[in-house]
Amino acid sequence: MSGIKISELSVGEALPERSYTATNVSLFLYNAAIWNPHRIHYDEPYTTNVENHPGVVIDGPLQGDWLNQVVVNWIGDNATLTSFNYSNRRASYLGETLTSGGAITAIDTESGNVDLEIFIKNEDGDVITPGTAQVRF
Amino acid sequence: MNELISDEAKSWIGRSAEPFLVEISRRDIVKYSIATEQQQEKYLKGDEAPPMFMFGALRPLVPMDELGPDGIPPDSFLPELPLKRVMAGGTEMRFHRPVKPGDKLIATRSLHDLYEKQGKSGPLIFAVYNLSVENEDGELVMEEKQTRILR
Repeated sequence: MSGIKISELSVGEALPERSYTATNVSLFLYNAAIWNPHRIHYDEPYTTNVENHPGVVIDGPLQGDWLNQVVVNWIGDNATLTSFNYSNRRASYLGETLTSGGAITAIDTESGNVDLEIFIKNEDGDVITPGTAQVRF
Repeated sequence: MNELISDEAKSWIGRSAEPFLVEISRRDIVKYSIATEQQQEKYLKGDEAPPMFMFGALRPLVPMDELGPDGIPPDSFLPELPLKRVMAGGTEMRFHRPVKPGDKLIATRSLHDLYEKQGKSGPLIFAVYNLSVENEDGELVMEEKQTRILR
């Protein structure tokens, strides 16, 4: 993690994976921190009866944050995150354990830019939030 | 196409919302970093904001009696459209400068595009917003293109 150099990287190399299991407490703190009062993130009867979800919904942008942490935790202070995108393909619910990870897709030693493909997978191994990022060494 | 999007709604394309000033506080960065389970010291100590911190920092603060029965504040920056249920689509962010405590940032959101598509279970309207965040010296801090889907 510390001291990685662009010259030592190779295309296809995987980034460390990490798993996340949101709890009532962690989801509450996240939605309080971003000031999001949408009831599907804390009110289970409302979420299932009114908005017809199978359970309390894990915020899409929280998955987006976990997704970019694949990159910022890998680069540490050795490089800068310059761009990042993702799309929320499928919803995720409280109780699920999600796994984040990624791999290097391109390296340009001249400009110092490295392209990455990143993902959040559910317990079935389906990618529910795919994305890409670019870092500059 | 364009049966769902009225000419009045289309006239919103290119329109910008009122610029929005945010003062960044260390305590808010630390709260966000704990809640998102960050691992980098600079984020956990609040010396620098994690990449998606601005997503929360720019959310509207509206009085309690204006929140809907679902808890959500009304979005004043969306024209009248026949589809009402909003889902997050995708997002693309570019980072130019780090966000730090004490920063006074100015955010401007504009409606970049509005179009419809036939989805598997019915029509969908896509609303694409551009967000630009600058510091007090007018330097670009970050840019974001957000897509919201109405069904």
